[in-house]
Amino acid sequence: MTPSFQYQQKARMGLVHLALLGYTLIALFPIVLVIINSFKSRSAIFNDPLSLPDTGSFTLVGYAKVLQESDILLYFGNSLLVTVIPLFLVLLFGSMAAWALSEYRFRGNRLLALFLAMGIMVPIRLGTVSILETMVSLNLVNTHLALILVYTAMGLPLAIFILTEFIGQVPNELKEAARCDGITEIRLFFQIILPLVRPAVATVAVFTMVPMWNDLWFPLILAPGDATKTIQLGVQQFIGQYATDWNSVLAALSLAVLPILVLYVFFSQQLISGLTSGAVK
Amino acid sequence: MQRAFPWHLIFFLAPAVIIYTVFSAYPLLDTLRLSFFTDSESGERSFAGLSNFVTLLGNAVWSEAFWNAMWNNTQFFLIHLLVQNPIGLGLAALLSLKGLRGARTYRTLIFLPTLLSVVIIGFIWQLILSPLWGVSENFLYALGLGHYFDAWLGKESSALITLSLISVWQFIGIPMMLIYASLLSIPDELLEAAKVDGASPFRIFWRIKVPLILPTLGLVTILTFVGNFNTFELVYAVKGALAGPDYSTDIMGTFFYRTFFGYQSQLGSATMGATVATMMFLVILTGVMAYFYLVQRRLTRYQL
Repeated sequence: MTPSFQYQQKARMGLVHLALLGYTLIALFPIVLVIINSFKSRSAIFNDPLSLPDTGSFTLVGYAKVLQESDILLYFGNSLLVTVIPLFLVLLFGSMAAWALSEYRFRGNRLLALFLAMGIMVPIRLGTVSILETMVSLNLVNTHLALILVYTAMGLPLAIFILTEFIGQVPNELKEAARCDGITEIRLFFQIILPLVRPAVATVAVFTMVPMWNDLWFPLILAPGDATKTIQLGVQQFIGQYATDWNSVLAALSLAVLPILVLYVFFSQQLISGLTSGAVK
Repeated sequence: MQRAFPWHLIFFLAPAVIIYTVFSAYPLLDTLRLSFFTDSESGERSFAGLSNFVTLLGNAVWSEAFWNAMWNNTQFFLIHLLVQNPIGLGLAALLSLKGLRGARTYRTLIFLPTLLSVVIIGFIWQLILSPLWGVSENFLYALGLGHYFDAWLGKESSALITLSLISVWQFIGIPMMLIYASLLSIPDELLEAAKVDGASPFRIFWRIKVPLILPTLGLVTILTFVGNFNTFELVYAVKGALAGPDYSTDIMGTFFYRTFFGYQSQLGSATMGATVATMMFLVILTGVMAYFYLVQRRLTRYQL
């Protein structure tokens, strides 16, 4: 390699970094801007939005107001409840169904797999009219259970689809060896198969969780009551009410973003390796 | 395997199949069925044939609102397609360059907005674009483009485009990741062979890599299509259920919501809501079928 070629190569890499850095800034700027301004006084928010909070401008007045004037902690709890329980159910029932579909030959196997996979492409929202009528007749409107059931149904198709692929890769010898020891099919699944596909289950968990946590549609329609309000709905209504109180609005937005940010710090590698390995083709 | 009744099969399948059937598959079919019924004022439900569809498409008020939402939604989708795919492809191409340091950090950070709630993102951009705060206005002035600033979200002519771009900004991570993964899966020998034959990097990209990732672009497009035609949150968060100004940001999701739930003076109707949902289902079904029969079939020959 000639020196000029090397130089050119370096310059080219520099441009690549510049482009990527530029886009990273575009992606993060709005979020960072809201978070830093949520810690500033009203005058600093307007006079100097781009600066970090300093001793003169630092204030938690927005956060105090949000915590006082809204039941945001209750909304957090509600969101947690209607995310974690369906998540557990999707992973448990989804991996059980995926195991049955990939392991046993029975009449209608492929048809059943197709039926379940339909839910990946056809959004569950289209059935809202009937879902609401079902919930009314079951007396479940404004209960956590309504959201838990709907979110479980929403998460299952994709979970089953991805887990079927992974469970299908478990070597046959392993299963046969276990069966020779006289293990029941149910114990075989829970004690041997499930621990083996744990990494795949973790990836599916992240995919399943995010749409549930972020959903506004079903909380708005099935559980808008104060006791069951989720964080998305709570923040949306709080902001509608306090639109002119910038400190509170910025604090409420920051609080709503926080859990996902924290989670992302821990699970981003999991999620991204799942996206780049599972979804190829 | 065994002759006895396969109880274990029932054990493994029943919970998932029952929940999915009762709360997803059945409601969808039932919604399609409800679109052929109508409720009287006393709340009695009776079969009405195609009359809901005749109202939706034939009545001047209804059909204007319906086609307005449909056309807005189409624009919303087309803007996604035109902006998100090229940017996603560009970012993925840069990220997949050999010897790039920090690729992992870049992709992790660029993917972040995709995970945040649409409601929150909507509010954040509303603040940033607000003339009250002036952040974007000052930014444009700093670039010497200040006189181009406008209250984009408030204008009939620009609100829908602005919302589409906000949505692209948020979800760019998905096309980027999927394309990135498919670029990484191209075998090295293929690229080496082209290099030995003297092809320039530019030519290798357009003549070898892009054709090989066309199936992924197809997948991204259909995912975007399905997502766009049932989204609701962004418009609802930023513009409310009335999707103003003057319905210029009304899309199928918000139109469905108003029809079903009613808003202000307009009374909600379950059966008309079901009719709108049925139309959304038909649109999505058409898109998905077109994808499977046309795009997928034509593109498979490129697959490795």
